[in-house]
Amino acid sequence: MKTTGAERGAFDFRRLVNHDDNIGQLLLITAAVFVAMAALSPEKFLRYYNFESISFTFPELGLLSIAIMVAMLTGGIDLSIIGIANLAGVLAGVLFHRLAPGASASLGLSAVAGGIALALAVGVVAGALNGLLIAKLRITPILATLGTSQVFTGLALVLTGGPAIVGFPAGWNFIGNGKIGGVAAPFVIFVALAAGVSFILSRTAFGAKLMLIGANAKAAVFAGLDTERVVFQSYVLTGVLASVAGLILSGRTNAAKSDYGASYLLEAVLIAVLGGTNPAGGRGAVLGVSIAVLALMLLSSGFQILRFSNFLIDFIWGGFLLLVIAINVTRNRQR
Amino acid sequence: MPISFLRRPEAIVVVVLAIAMIGIGVVNPAFWSLDNQFGLLRSNVVIGIMALGVLLVMISGGIDVSFPAFAVAAMYLTVKGMIQFDYTGVALPFFAATVIGLLLGGFNAFCIRAFRMIPLIVTLGTASVVRGLLLGLVGTSTINVDKMPPQLIDFGKTDLVNLTLADGSRYGLTAMILIYAALALAIHLALRYTLIGRSLYAFGGAPEAAARVGFDTRKTLFFAYCTAGALAGFAGLLHASMIWLANPRDFVGFELDVIAAVVLGGASIFGGKGSVPGTLLGVFLLVMIKNSLIIMHIDTTWQQVVVGLVIIGATTLTAWRDRKRVA
Amino acid sequence: MNTSLIELRGVGKRFSGIRALDDVSLAVRRGEIHCLAGENGSGKSTIIKIMSGVYQPDEGEILIDGTAVKHLTPVESVRHGIQVIYQDFSLFGNLTVAENLALNSFLRERRRLVSWRAVRALGRRALDRLGVDIDLDAEVGALPTSAKQLVAIARALMSDARLIIMDEPTTALTRNEVERLMTITHAIQRDGIAVLFVSHKMREMLEISETLTVMRNGRVVVEGPIVDFDEASITRHMTGHDVSTAIYSRTHDAGLAPRLEAKGMTVPGAVEGVDLSLRPGDIVGLSGLIGSGRTELALALFGMRPDHGGEIRIDGKPVSLRSVADAIRHRIAYVPEDRLTEGLFLTQSVQRNILASSLDRITRGLVVDRSRAEASTSEMIEAMQIAAPSGTTLVGNLSGGNQQRVVLARWLLTEARILILNGPTVGVDVGSKAEIHRIIRDLAVKRGLAVLMISDDVPELLGNCNEVILMHRGRFVERYAAGAATEDVLTDRLRTLS
Repeated sequence: MKTTGAERGAFDFRRLVNHDDNIGQLLLITAAVFVAMAALSPEKFLRYYNFESISFTFPELGLLSIAIMVAMLTGGIDLSIIGIANLAGVLAGVLFHRLAPGASASLGLSAVAGGIALALAVGVVAGALNGLLIAKLRITPILATLGTSQVFTGLALVLTGGPAIVGFPAGWNFIGNGKIGGVAAPFVIFVALAAGVSFILSRTAFGAKLMLIGANAKAAVFAGLDTERVVFQSYVLTGVLASVAGLILSGRTNAAKSDYGASYLLEAVLIAVLGGTNPAGGRGAVLGVSIAVLALMLLSSGFQILRFSNFLIDFIWGGFLLLVIAINVTRNRQR
Repeated sequence: MPISFLRRPEAIVVVVLAIAMIGIGVVNPAFWSLDNQFGLLRSNVVIGIMALGVLLVMISGGIDVSFPAFAVAAMYLTVKGMIQFDYTGVALPFFAATVIGLLLGGFNAFCIRAFRMIPLIVTLGTASVVRGLLLGLVGTSTINVDKMPPQLIDFGKTDLVNLTLADGSRYGLTAMILIYAALALAIHLALRYTLIGRSLYAFGGAPEAAARVGFDTRKTLFFAYCTAGALAGFAGLLHASMIWLANPRDFVGFELDVIAAVVLGGASIFGGKGSVPGTLLGVFLLVMIKNSLIIMHIDTTWQQVVVGLVIIGATTLTAWRDRKRVA
Repeated sequence: MNTSLIELRGVGKRFSGIRALDDVSLAVRRGEIHCLAGENGSGKSTIIKIMSGVYQPDEGEILIDGTAVKHLTPVESVRHGIQVIYQDFSLFGNLTVAENLALNSFLRERRRLVSWRAVRALGRRALDRLGVDIDLDAEVGALPTSAKQLVAIARALMSDARLIIMDEPTTALTRNEVERLMTITHAIQRDGIAVLFVSHKMREMLEISETLTVMRNGRVVVEGPIVDFDEASITRHMTGHDVSTAIYSRTHDAGLAPRLEAKGMTVPGAVEGVDLSLRPGDIVGLSGLIGSGRTELALALFGMRPDHGGEIRIDGKPVSLRSVADAIRHRIAYVPEDRLTEGLFLTQSVQRNILASSLDRITRGLVVDRSRAEASTSEMIEAMQIAAPSGTTLVGNLSGGNQQRVVLARWLLTEARILILNGPTVGVDVGSKAEIHRIIRDLAVKRGLAVLMISDDVPELLGNCNEVILMHRGRFVERYAAGAATEDVLTDRLRTLS
């Protein structure tokens, strides 16, 4: 029966990334990274300022990683998240410039609220387009989002004409740089959204259906789960998370461009997988992904302090992933 | 006969290509001018050679996103080496670049087989590793035309045919097109007439059956990824020789373009299907769209949007056609 | 005495502590047609894998042509002429028939280059040897199952095979195709090649084999020439139970109004117009051969064939069943044929599997009501007697019988009033089979469900249904009331359908 092959594949990966083991392993890795980095440069690494700056840059990548995780839960992927993020920031910037040409930086809170609404709308519409192509027209996710990523990035490019849009209002920049109750504002947003997504996945009917569809799409149809609608909605969720990431990014840098964060895509995929997500669907946890982001950000930060070039950090991320996979495989062989 | 042609996966790209060419030609007949066509062909070479490698990987049921990183690494290391050792030949550097790519591709195959992880993730990792090492350890500075080994530049300048435009400027059909054609032919013959080529299709179509029937699946995997790496390495150096500089940050984001071209050409992302003619057409279509916007007086900032829409359109058509079969 | 082609002596095999084979001795003689019979889980598949060198026995020995072979590998096994045709045929769907046939030989001859002329010649020769005519240029994936099987057999014959092992060969074949397979098997035998049929389908076994070995729970229980056996005795050996002569009869009020009434049901290409009526407490059996349209009828009643024609009434009121959601809303449940790919979420917990179809009904707002979820799960685990350590156990770890109970539990939770079962005890171990039958009967009698049971298992139908309908080519051709048919009658009638 053909099932044996699929079963075996599902089992291999399950053992490979066993849920409880995985969180424990991730925490261990994070702790190890922390200790190693602290040992290598105790004065600079262990400074409060260092962790504070991590808390400002962590959320964008964290949200993008969770966004990709959501897409992977149904066995798909969303290659357009960077495009959505940038388009959201760019459109908000365009709005601000239209509202107050030349004086966009001085716009008040109501304009900012409008910008936020617009950015979120971009996420919803873009996600809906992806959902339509994938759930309704049944185009395979890699190809569909390959196409839409070009379209979204392209639209952002057309809107900016090339250079970055700058001059965002103070309220907007607060989202990326301000503090709420002593904690970085973007970090607060991240925690709220991460908790929200985690809640949706573990406590709602939608979340349960999502996991079931990822586990066995055919059986999901036979069980009466409205797979088209659920998959569609999952891509909308991914889109919204990506747009918030874009919002935070442009808030932090006070700029929006069509090609920011190009490397974020690969990093987000790596983090999602490292965090225990099965790219074939049916397994993934917000907590795991969040810890993975933390581990890698501590790693980057430590190496940055050691004056490693940014590129070596890329090398380390890639090497880290391969290493973790290798360890998991050898551990499972011994079981 | 016509109906059976339409069922072939390449049919869609031929139709789309024909429509697009006619469409663009209508908007601006200058499209058909020889110098424009020669320019298009020239742009096909590097991306086409890489696409041949990606085709092999895709037929075997995998995806490779690391080849641009390998191309850049092979290119930069070779050019640097040439400068360092004051080397005056061209053959050995190309050989070296190919070997570098081949070894990196072998690393991919090793990881995929040893870790049994899906190729997308493994090649994401190796791409990161290679690019990071290259930019972090070797350097980030572009080697400009004045520092480039002159023989490399001369090689890239070779034209098959040389013509002059009305305004006196010269243009030609690059000889590199011969290299592209030769490689395409070689890959096509390998896929069609060698057992290892057929093993790619077998493995991509039914990996367990391939093992049961007696294929050496390890050899198959290594063949696919090593060749893809080798072609990428070669193409990388060729690129430097054609644009007269070596920039280690080149080819970023390239992988998606090439994959799009291969898929447009009829290869199945699930494996087991694909052909060289289809890939050649897919690459031509992609390059043509990217380069023809200027001719159509459309602002080049719309380039990505147009490419994206074409990809969406073509994949919708494919999905619609395949839906009938699967249902 | 004739030395056997292959002989297993006292072979034993364990898998992580579980005994798959226990002191198994069996011999296949040259040129004989031998059937290895047994239920799923009896050890048949393990035997195949040991004979083909995929597994090594923990105890005992393997003899080929009278000589003991230590450590048989797959390559060596092929060299000895042993070819296995698995249920999935191990063919390449994306390649042509000719190429599928030729690749094997090319590999064996260690060729590097492919000559397409040679490919066609080899393909042609292989098909001619079998006496079948299949388009050499056809893509194998597009062929019907029976044609694929023929290609697989043709391929097996190409490599100087001396023994061809066929794993459950008749599962997806129509009656005609089975006949063709039998003819071909005889032809193969005439060439001096032995054939080992591994199966649990008795009808065909009795017709074709010369020798029979029956296995149960990893042991050989009986073996001998086929003439010594009949269906009843084989079943008894395979299941360890006597065929139950109990007949399910409805003790309910025969005048009850039908719960489900389908009139003039058609499904394009499969069902040509049938009328069906199910009363509460009915267990109506539906049988027929592959291609009879029974599965399509079931799917239509479950809303998966929005293109169906005909009128359906539930409790007297006309309803529209154009989607699965429609069906579930009308309290119709469907337990699919292929449990593993269509029914279960193997990587998910028992709890999630059970709650799968009831998620929207146990929520408060958008959030799942945890206490209700747990309560419902425990209730179902108990009602169905699912042997799982807890609700969080992954369904993939359960036995076939328990897995089927999970699926039943899922539908019971939706408060289904009409239950359609397709092959409810396929691949379920003997003990669970009887239990599941009891559960189904209870559902009908105690909870008043109207049940439609599709099955190939004649004893199952006779023991559990108060009416058995035979379907053929989209129409109902025969109806038997409880007690009006015996196993022989049913089996014969099924055999004559073609």
